[in-house]
Amino acid sequence: MMRGLLDPTRIVSLRRRLVWQFLLLSAVLVLGLFLVVGWVAERASRASQDAVLGAAVTAITEGIRSVDEGLELDLPYATFSMLGAMGDERIFYLLTVAGQGVTGYEDLPPPPSPATDMTPVFYGADYRGARLRLASVGRMMLIQNRLQPVTVTLGQTRLGQAAIARDTARSAAWAALGFMLLALPVALLAAQAVLQPIRALADVMGRRGPRDLRPVRHATPRELTPLLRALNGLIARLRAALELAETFIFEAAHRIRTPLSLVRAEAELALAETSDEATRIRLRRMVRAIGESSRSANQILDHAMVMYRTDQYAAARVDLAALAHDGLRAIGPIAEMRDIRITHDIAPCLIEGDERMLEIALRNLLDNAIKYAAPEGHVDLTLTCTDGQACLIVSDDGRGLSDDPAQLIGRFRRGGNVGDTGGSGLGLTIVTEVAHAHRGRFQLKPGQRGGTCALLHLPSA
Amino acid sequence: MRLAAFAFGLIGLALSAAGQATALEPEAERIFGSPDAPAIQVLSVTDLAAFSPVLQDYVDRHPDRSIRYVQASSTQIHAAIHDEGAQFDLVISSAMDLQMKLANDGLAASVELQVAGLPDWARWRDQLWGIALEPVVTLASRQALGDLPVPKTRRDLIALLRENPDRFRGKVAAYDPLVSGVGYFLIAQDDQVSDGFWRLAEVMGRLNARLFCCSGQMITELREGRIAIAYNVVASYAARFRPDDPDLVQLAFEDYTFAIIRSALVPVNAPDPEGARDLLGYLLSDPAQRLIADSAGVALIAGTGPAPVPQLRPIRLDAGLLVYDDRLRRAGLLSEWRAALIQP
Repeated sequence: MMRGLLDPTRIVSLRRRLVWQFLLLSAVLVLGLFLVVGWVAERASRASQDAVLGAAVTAITEGIRSVDEGLELDLPYATFSMLGAMGDERIFYLLTVAGQGVTGYEDLPPPPSPATDMTPVFYGADYRGARLRLASVGRMMLIQNRLQPVTVTLGQTRLGQAAIARDTARSAAWAALGFMLLALPVALLAAQAVLQPIRALADVMGRRGPRDLRPVRHATPRELTPLLRALNGLIARLRAALELAETFIFEAAHRIRTPLSLVRAEAELALAETSDEATRIRLRRMVRAIGESSRSANQILDHAMVMYRTDQYAAARVDLAALAHDGLRAIGPIAEMRDIRITHDIAPCLIEGDERMLEIALRNLLDNAIKYAAPEGHVDLTLTCTDGQACLIVSDDGRGLSDDPAQLIGRFRRGGNVGDTGGSGLGLTIVTEVAHAHRGRFQLKPGQRGGTCALLHLPSA
Repeated sequence: MRLAAFAFGLIGLALSAAGQATALEPEAERIFGSPDAPAIQVLSVTDLAAFSPVLQDYVDRHPDRSIRYVQASSTQIHAAIHDEGAQFDLVISSAMDLQMKLANDGLAASVELQVAGLPDWARWRDQLWGIALEPVVTLASRQALGDLPVPKTRRDLIALLRENPDRFRGKVAAYDPLVSGVGYFLIAQDDQVSDGFWRLAEVMGRLNARLFCCSGQMITELREGRIAIAYNVVASYAARFRPDDPDLVQLAFEDYTFAIIRSALVPVNAPDPEGARDLLGYLLSDPAQRLIADSAGVALIAGTGPAPVPQLRPIRLDAGLLVYDDRLRRAGLLSEWRAALIQP
């Protein structure tokens, strides 16, 4: 489980990973503290108990008196009582003279190196089923007129000391565990704080529009700079690729349009000059097809233009009313040719925007209206300007909508009921993109008296 | 041979102590409960007559068990368990130093028991369990004292004996520390607590004090009028006679009165440690403690009998007791005792 949590490829949440690592580390610390404190406490209490044991054995040795009959030893009751006090210790002792046991436990294990002076020699040994800590001191004494070495050895079990060390270590572990629990919320907060810049960057990226290919300028911690640099590099490459594609399309359309006009002019000339009916029909179809092609080329050009200008979007003050008048003027001849009546109601309106893009959008809207209006029908353009919102409405009395308006806005999408009319399916896409570039909104809906109503909302200046 | 030089003069004493440790010679023996039931072997110094109500109560409560009770002196008991490997389930003795030595030398097994109210000083680890608090008192015959005032302290007693040597000559009794483990232990305690004790010993020696092995004999002699004063008698022995013997005066001296702890242990080689544990648990239970406190005159576990008088000094069960068993210390003390008691 631990390995699974620490395996970077399996981590779902950085935060969880940080917290788990913290917990694991804390557990190791708690264990370490338990062992270290146990060891230190054991050493400390052994040192203090050794001091008591050493003092006791020294006191006993100093209490030995040489008398006529041999030795006199008054084992001090209080000393034994104190030695045994901590944890009911067992106590063993031995008094030897010249290596011969005189009193006490004669089979008590001797010190590793014989005690020769009053400095206690400490050692451990197993005796009578218990682990003992022993201290031994030596001394020369005049006994029956002979100088002889006297050794006193005193040993005790250390159950109390072991229990104290264990208790101390356990207390330390509990304290550490308590601190760990207290630190857990702090760790959570820390994990949160560490991850905050990442989350902020993710937010910034998430808020970007789908066509926003500007480099990311966002303050990040040093650790995230390489990621940001890589990201910006990627964006730059993507942008370059897109620009190349747009330029290519623009160039292609431009290069197609000019020869197309020439071919059209030639075809129209041929149509005027020939009287053979079959040839005329063929030539008329040709002229029509060429018209479609050049229209498509124009629209592709428009689209490329809109894309390009979106990227380089620079707003300026635009007189939308003047633009609308110009648009109507430009569309006038075609409308007249098809006997379509155009009405308008244009209020003065100034907005912040790109004049070229707005002009393209307007032309496409009017084109569509004329194209789909009923023969000898009616197209109306209304421009209103109220509380920061400019609203341009172009309505016709044509066949209306057969599809979901949202679908029609997609690139190269056309309605199911327009098979008999030429079109590239780019017109509405262009209008939508212009609306988005201006942070506006484009909508298609059925007109009040049949037909279609196109609404372009733009924030005004 | 050189060792002999150090023990010079003590050898006689050591031999006499060792001489008793040859084989167990029971003073009394009795089986409680059905002879068919498995027996818990109890080796104890406690007077059979004094202890039988408690043991009878146990077998009445546990018909599936019986008790073989063997009474012996404390030195014999110690030798039997420490040196001879005798097999008993429960060993009860008032010789605290000897019991402590058995436990210290690793001959007592751990017994898991929860006993509410047992004081810390009445147990050592979970191996030595105090079962009774026994005040050590001085008994006197009212008739023998006559019109003399009843002594309240050891100083009073010394003055009384000094001023009336004729009345008390040969009529003072004490434990013989050479024979009795409890006797030696009490002298060691007196020696440690009071300097005045040796003056008392000298006075007793001058009066040709008689020495006894056990409390029971002293009481018998006292009741029969051959003795006037018995020093250091375990009170529980006297308790059997005191109510119906108006002549018996029990003196709990106000300077200090010892209370020794009669303790029990389960030897590591006990054949039936489970039975021993059960019996020990019963001995520490409320009903048994009431019976025991009744004869001892004071409660070990508070609430089971009379509270201790203020001058009572219970002797703690701890490692300090080990010093009394030291060969040199014992030799020194006994030679001093002999010097005081046996006067030319």
